[in-house]
This record gives sequence, C-alpha cells and structure tokens, in this order.
Amino acid sequence: MSRIALKVNQKQVMVEVEPRTLLVELLRERLLLTGTHVGCDTSQCGACVVMVDGRSVKSCTMLAVEAEGAEVTTIEGLGSGGKLHPMQEAFQRCHGLQCGFCTPGMIISAVDLLAKRPDANEHEVREWLEGNICRCTGYHNIVKAVLSCRDVQSGAAQQVEEKQS
Amino acid sequence: MSTTTQAPQPLVGTPVVRKEDRRFIVGAGHYTDDITLPNQAYAYILRSPHAHATIKSIDTAAAAAADGVLAVFTGADVANDKVGGLPCGWLIKNKDGSPMVEPPHPILCDETVRHVGDQVAMVVAESRAQARAAAQLIEVDYEPLPAVASVRDATNPDAAQVWPQAPKNLCYDWEIGDRAAVQQSFKQAHKIVAIEVVNNRVVPNAMEPRSAIGHYESPTDSFTLYTSSQNPHLIRLLLGAFVLGIPEHRLRVVAPDVGGGFGSKIYHYAEEALVVWASRKIGRPVKWTSDRSEAFMTDAHGRDTIMRARLAVDKEGRFLGLHVENFANMGAYLSTFAPAVPTYLSATLLAGVYTTPAIYAEVKAIFTHTVPVDAYRGAGRPEAAYLLERLVDKAARELGMDRLEIRRKNFITKFPYQTPVALEYDTGDYHATLDMALKTIDYAGYPARREESARRGKLRGIGFSTYVEACGIAPSAVAGALGARAGLYEAASVRVHPTGSVTVFTGTHSHGQGHETSFAQIVADELGVPFSQVEIVHGDTDRIPFGMGTYGSRSLAVGGSAIVKATDKIIAKGKKIAAHMLEASEADIQFKGGKFSVIGTNREKSFGEIAFAAYVPHNYPIEKVEPGLEESAFYDPKNFTFPGGCHACEVEIDPATGVVTIVDIVAADDVGKIINPMIVDGQMHGGLAQGIGQALFEEALYDDSGQLLTGSFLNYSMPRAADFPFFKVGNHVTACTHNPLGAKGVGEVGAIGVPPAVINAVLDALAPVGVTDMSMPATPEKVWRAIQSAKKQNNTQAQS
Repeated sequence: MSRIALKVNQKQVMVEVEPRTLLVELLRERLLLTGTHVGCDTSQCGACVVMVDGRSVKSCTMLAVEAEGAEVTTIEGLGSGGKLHPMQEAFQRCHGLQCGFCTPGMIISAVDLLAKRPDANEHEVREWLEGNICRCTGYHNIVKAVLSCRDVQSGAAQQVEEKQS
Repeated sequence: MSTTTQAPQPLVGTPVVRKEDRRFIVGAGHYTDDITLPNQAYAYILRSPHAHATIKSIDTAAAAAADGVLAVFTGADVANDKVGGLPCGWLIKNKDGSPMVEPPHPILCDETVRHVGDQVAMVVAESRAQARAAAQLIEVDYEPLPAVASVRDATNPDAAQVWPQAPKNLCYDWEIGDRAAVQQSFKQAHKIVAIEVVNNRVVPNAMEPRSAIGHYESPTDSFTLYTSSQNPHLIRLLLGAFVLGIPEHRLRVVAPDVGGGFGSKIYHYAEEALVVWASRKIGRPVKWTSDRSEAFMTDAHGRDTIMRARLAVDKEGRFLGLHVENFANMGAYLSTFAPAVPTYLSATLLAGVYTTPAIYAEVKAIFTHTVPVDAYRGAGRPEAAYLLERLVDKAARELGMDRLEIRRKNFITKFPYQTPVALEYDTGDYHATLDMALKTIDYAGYPARREESARRGKLRGIGFSTYVEACGIAPSAVAGALGARAGLYEAASVRVHPTGSVTVFTGTHSHGQGHETSFAQIVADELGVPFSQVEIVHGDTDRIPFGMGTYGSRSLAVGGSAIVKATDKIIAKGKKIAAHMLEASEADIQFKGGKFSVIGTNREKSFGEIAFAAYVPHNYPIEKVEPGLEESAFYDPKNFTFPGGCHACEVEIDPATGVVTIVDIVAADDVGKIINPMIVDGQMHGGLAQGIGQALFEEALYDDSGQLLTGSFLNYSMPRAADFPFFKVGNHVTACTHNPLGAKGVGEVGAIGVPPAVINAVLDALAPVGVTDMSMPATPEKVWRAIQSAKKQNNTQAQS
C-alpha cells in the first residue's frame, strides 16, 4: 500500500492505495465520485476523462500513485459556487447528451479543447473528440454544444475586453 | 374589474430542455455500477476461451483459498440448486406447425461450452480485483470440439453441431405469405431481378457496460436486483417465475439510470440471475459489472442474416411478386426475443412502401457457436429495408429506369393499406417525404457536384432509401398469435398530490430517450399544471405498475398513450368533484387550461383546488365519488404504428485509398405527431449514426474456429465524431390514426432507413468504374479492392 496526497475538486485528499489502483478506481470506489465513468478497458472510450493539473486525462490510463501531488478536477467539481460551467450549460441547452454516460468525459475533454483553442472550429472539435465515444447522439449535438460554448465564452471574453478598453 | 388569466402555452410540440440533464451534467446520475450497498461483495465470471468444448473437469480449490474469496460457483452448484435456465420469450413454429428447437440455457454451463464468453464459473470476493485474480486460479480441463460460426458454414451437411436436437443447426423453418401467388407472378414477369445481401453482424455497444447487483435480505426473505435493463418488469417475471422461482411480491427489480441500450439491455442475462442467487448463498449483496471486452462476448449481438430475393417486374417497372429467403444467425442459445426478429419483425415488413401484390418469405434460423443474436436498434426492419432498397436500385439499373421513378411508380398511396404479409399500414405519405429529401439534399444540383468531384479525381455518389417500419410493437393478441409469450401493452399511473403537483408512474423505461421530459410535457398540457410540477417515475418494480419497458420505438406511442388514458380518468373524476363544488351538473363542466368551469359562466375551480378537495373531502360528493385523485390505465394498441420516409446520402470516394467520406446525410421522416422536436431530432441523429456505422465501419467478425476477432474498441470500429457531418433531419407528419397522441415512434428510424441509402450511394459513385456490388461495411479496403478488380475486368474485356 502507498500513501498519496492529492487535491481532488479543490479538496486535499490523503489515501492509502494499492500500487495497482487506477486513478479512476480511486475516484469512483474510494472517493465515491461516480460521475467519472468506465466504458471500456482499452483506453478508447473517454468516459473516464478528468482534468489533471489542467490537462484532460483518461483516468483509466493513470495509476493513482502517479497522481501524487496533482490537482484533479472531475465532473462533480467543474462548476463553481453552485453555478454550472458554461460547457455543462451548453450540453443541456443543445441536447448534447442522451443517456448521459459519456457526458462527463465529453464535457471535461471539450473544456480542455477550448482552453487550448478558444476559437476551435467544427473540424477541430470533431478531431479533438476522437478519444471520446458516444453511442447515442451521433455527435451532432455534442459538436453543436462545444461550438455554442465557444461562442458564449468568446462573447463573454469580448465583453470583458470592451469594458477594459 | 375582471381579471383574465392567461391559459398556459401548450408544451407539446416545443423543444423543452430536458429535465434529466441536470443530474447527468454534474455527474450525479446513478447507474448500476455507481451503487454500492453496505457489505457488498464482487463477482467475477470466468468465461470460456473456446467456441465449443466439453468441460472434462473444473478445479476451484486454489481459487476458493485465495485472498478475499467468499465463494466459487460452477454449473454443478447451479444444477444442485435446481436453478432454471434462461427462458426464451418467443415461440416460432415451423412450416409444418411443429415448435422451434428450444435448447436449454443454463446460467452457468454444465458440461459443454458453446461460444467464446460462455459463463463457466463465478468467483465472489471482497473486492473486484480479488475476484478477478482468484478466477485465474480456476483450472478448467477443456476438450475442444469442432465449431461453426457463420450461417453459411452452419448449414453445410458436415458442419459442427451446436445442439444434437437441432439437426443441420436448424432452429426453425418458418414461412409467411402466398407462395403460389408469387410463383404465378414470376410466370407473368417481364424480368426477374435477383439479389443476395448480407446484413453484417454488429455489436450494440451501449456506452454503459451491463451491471447487476443482487441483494437478498433474510429478515424479510426478499430480493432486490439492480440491473442495467430496458425493462425491469420483464426481468422480474423471467427471473422470478422461470429461473429462481421467487414469487414476484418478494422480488424487486430496479433499473436505475441506464447508459444506453439499443436493444441489448432488453434481454434477461445469466449474470442477473447469478448475482441474486449468489447473494442468498453468501448472505451479502453481490455486484457484477461487465468489462467492455466481456460485453463484446456476452451482450446479444445484432443482425447477421443472409437474405436472397427475387423480384418479378413488368415492362413498366411495376412490382408483381417478391420471393425472399432469409438465413438468420441465432447464436448458440436463444436470447429472449431472438426468434421474433427475422420473422415477426422482419418478414412482415417485406412490402416496404410498395404495392407488391404477392409476397412470400421463408426464414431459416440457424444455431452457431457464437454469442446469441437478438434485436438491435431496428431489429429485423433494417434487414427488410436494406434488402428491398438494394433490390429496387438493382431493378432500376436492370430495367434502365430511373431509381426514383421506379420507387414512385410502386409507392403505396391509399391508406389504410393491407400488405400481403400481415400488416395494415394506417397512414403515410411516401411521395412527400421523398420530395422533402430531394429538396434538402439539393438533388437538382447533384450533377454539378459530381462533376466537381470528378475534376479533383474523386468519385461522387448519391443514394436513396424509401422505407417504412412498424413500431410500438402491438397488439398483444396479434403478437400472441405470432408466438409472443408476453403481452405488449403499456401501463401508467397518475398520482395527483393534494396541492396539485403530479407524479406519473410509467411502465416504460428511459435509458437516454428523455421520457422524464416528453412525458411531463404531455401531462402538463393534459392537466394544465406547470411542467415543473410533474415528475415521471420509471424503472422500479416496487413503484411503477406492471409495464413492458422500452424497445421497438414503443414508449411514446404505447406508454404515452397509457398516460393519456390515465389523465383522461383524472379529468373525468375531477369534473364530478367540480360539479359538486360548483353546484352544477356534471355535463355542464368543462376542463380547459387547468380549470374546471361551468360552461357559459365565470364560475370555476382550479385543478389544484379540485385536487385539494379530493384529499380533504369536507365539501365532497362522497356518495358518488371516492376521495383521492389517482388513476391507472393500461393501453393495448389496436395496431402497430408505421413511421416511414426517405433517407438520402451523398458520398465522395477517393479511388486511390477507397476511403468513403459522407458528404451529406438527409433524413425526411414521418414519425407521426411530435411531442418534443429537439428530442426527436436527437433520436434521429443517434439512429443515423448507428446506421452509418453499420454501413461503413462496424462488423463483428469470428474466425472459422469461432474466435471473436473484434473483441474490443481497438478492433471493432466504433464511429467517432470526425466520421460524420452534421445531419439534416426533417419531418412531414401524418398522424397515427389509432392512438390518442397521433405519435408513431422515432427511436429506430435512423438505423432502419439509412444503411441502404449509404450503400446505394457508394454503388452510385463506383458505377462508372464498373463496380456492381458492395457489402456492408464498405471499408476502405473493400472499396479499394472492388475498384481494382473492376479495373482488371475492364482491362481484360478491352483486350479480348
């Protein structure tokens, strides 16, 4: 057993884990953060994507011990102060989810995309989501949601710029 | 001064944002594997690595002694406890009236394994990891036997036998239609067009792997099963009555949030029975959750048919008669609804949208050493549509006719229309949906686009499919006559609370379809209560009435209609109460916009006031009306519903690589009256993606020894976001004539209509090269090889 310390959704966590424990197992089974899902066993589906130190990561590809000292954000910690993240709002507004199982991973992955490329176009959104599989939506409204969030965020950013200038 | 209260705006027909989304977008959904019960143990199932083998011995001693292990069970334990096998829900009869071969399906194998993934032993341990590790210590001595995986091989005289009681691996040999009339039509034919098509085997792959928790509570001698299922009552019935012999009042089945199903979660699976049975054995809750790899070899697969057809046509291109032979792979065991798929759900759709006067079909269901095959989104209807739409395109080519003209010439235009294969279509307008599709895809501009592609060295093609499907599976009496062992009605209870808010209990199940929203829209409109005051409950047999769950695009047409029937009863009772309170005769009371009023006066009572009076019956017609305001209804439809339409697809093919790019997808459908257009469009998108997936990417492949070659997302090609453009979906509504909502159903439409449109487009693109046939999935390799072999043939012909 190894003792690790990390921050999950802004809270300090100290746990003992087996060396073989995956980050997703720590999140789901020890910390009971069941919003992060497991949809495959070959790191293909992306249902388990979480943010680790500001990057989207498939939490089934990472050992819990590798997260020592890291800052992890799961879907449960994405909003702040009781408010939804704009990407969460966009997924609801655009009907970007049906069964909801792939949704947490999709949302986190899309948040990372817009952090890296705030002006991503449709093609870039589709390419970026290559590692996230959805069986319900045909990706149509997922892509719409990401583009809609992009527009909301860039609109908001523009407003801030206008105020500052 | 009088105050005017504005009637609430109707919600039906508007894109109301989904209620259920809130919990999913914050990670607060509760899927089965998210549930952890106190003192819960974990199960791991050891599965057969062989397609066919005799189990000579099993040694579980080392596993039983391993860390954390609570119990190890084998087929012998199951047999000792006299646990029943998994029953089949549909009995199909042979041409001679004898019943199909119905082999046993034990929940743990006894002496023989019959497909890769067949369940051999179960380890229960303190943790998932311990159960998995211990299972590797079980020593099974297998004697491998010859196996057969494909329908083509299984029907060979010297093929390996799956069941001794099924010679030539034949489960049943069934027929429908008028053989003599078809033979007659062939004599009068100007031309007979023949085709053979394979409907490729696919894996449903709902994103949530199946999971089940069994919980036995000895103080009450009662059982709870949490399971990722589309129909908890069906599971309770089959598990309780047939497998474990538990009376239904002591068995609760909960299907909480379920992460997609597409058919694969209809069926009763062995693991559901195993965790319930094991929980009683060890006295603790037992959870099992499938890996994705495990899902590939245990979830029921879809399709896998070979169909041959001959179509008799006259000089003008009118269809005279159709003869169809269908060889359908059942897999090693009969899954819950498997026998119904190629027969009741497929052969009955062989008229399609056409007036073909004589149709005869025969279906041979074949056992193989593969995972059971059962209904997958569309279930039988995609197979019928694919065969017909490929055949019609071929007929047009052979007659030198335009492929749209031949369709229009044969469209059914008068309704109701009785087909020669049992169904009676109530409404439809196939010209209108075809026109709509042509306009949306800009068919007029297609030649220019094709030329433009050619200038870039690319092959462009456009393809069409005009299809019909039957959904809202019904009526019970008809289904029963055709072999169903269950009723196919739906149930609903509407409970109005004293302050006027409403809880609706539905027997259908939502695993992504958005019932919590669309059903609430209906109830809000019917009762004139705010949308936020309506809650929909589903998925728990202790809360909901006995219902049949969700499949076959039935939830709205059948389940929604049951809800309307129940709200009608609420309103009828409310009128009685209102008449008493308003001192008027019941006949003079009208209910509109949430108010009961005396016609022609301004005397009225709000819905909430009536609800309150029903529960606080101080001034109440107690001699005529019981207190309380709660009503139940069962709805057994008179007929199927018949959505239909036209799907069009435009592709561009790179002849150097064989890669098919979808340029445009158009779906112009008639799904009946629409409750929530946003949800309807979403259902279309998902169906289209699965249909295109089958046409271009997906195929479950077994090798000759019965090994599954496509056993994970690494080698089974799941469509990704970059594989699709935005879809163009639209509706032309003709209302269903026999249910109160006028709704037809939309869940499966996309997956049914689009595969032939895609392949017809591919063949259209490849026609100039000389390619005349293409099977699904049209992978780059297959397309490239077809182009090369056509070129070779062209060269040989040119030289000779």
